[in-house]
Amino acid sequence: MTPETKHLEVTLGTQLESVGLAEEMCLRVAEAAGFGEDDCYRIGMSVREGVINAFHYGNCERPGKKIHLAVDLTPEKLVIHVRDEGSGFNLAAVPNPLAEENLLSTSGRGIFLMRSFMDEFNVVASSTGGAELIMSKRLPGRAAVSSNGEKAARRRES
Amino acid sequence: MTSLRATPRESGMVSVVDVSGRITLGEGSALMRKMIRGLLEEGRTKILLNLGDVDYIDSSGIGELVSGYTAVKGRGGELKLLNLNRRVRDLLQLTRLYTVFDVHSDETTAVSSFR
Repeated sequence: MTPETKHLEVTLGTQLESVGLAEEMCLRVAEAAGFGEDDCYRIGMSVREGVINAFHYGNCERPGKKIHLAVDLTPEKLVIHVRDEGSGFNLAAVPNPLAEENLLSTSGRGIFLMRSFMDEFNVVASSTGGAELIMSKRLPGRAAVSSNGEKAARRRES
Repeated sequence: MTSLRATPRESGMVSVVDVSGRITLGEGSALMRKMIRGLLEEGRTKILLNLGDVDYIDSSGIGELVSGYTAVKGRGGELKLLNLNRRVRDLLQLTRLYTVFDVHSDETTAVSSFR
């Protein structure tokens, strides 16, 4: 973590209220970081879906388990980590909700929404065995990093 | 955060449900389920959900709409949507559900579209 990175971390209970709390907290950080209304909506929705995933699938709604939420605000992007205390999952094995046979499924769209709404999304195995969802969104005015690694990001002229 | 409200009214053979607030995991989704199941138990199988005042739906809310759609269809009825705001419409397009639901922007047209 560089000195310019601002870090915020909170441990939440495995309860329904944690979903709204996490969403609200990240929305405040996103607003303070200068994200516009539409991006704040996408970030808030992604956090909500990430915590729902931890609450329902990761921790299986067991109140004894915790949900770990961390937010890093770097000069380039907002990075959000949601870690559960479950047994992890394979991202590649998650069914595609857009496939014809899954269109009328009543669940399974959370990962898809996070992938759609954030610039980067990944799931890694945490050191404690659970799943850690890592998602990020570039700050307003920051362009994508080009494929050859050259940083093309620059501040939008104000 | 606005909690969900769902108020049914009748328009001929069609039950129009005026929904407002957020359809999200927990209370919102549960209320939607209860409302649709309640109408089905009364034999009302032509349901029009007016989502004009719904400002937010998450994946659980989407799941509840799909669940309602299949439950109504299973009874030989129809569940349609009315007055989607931009974000709800975008969400349904993103998830390809816009191709599943019959979506209307005018209530009279929507009501008369039921068979």
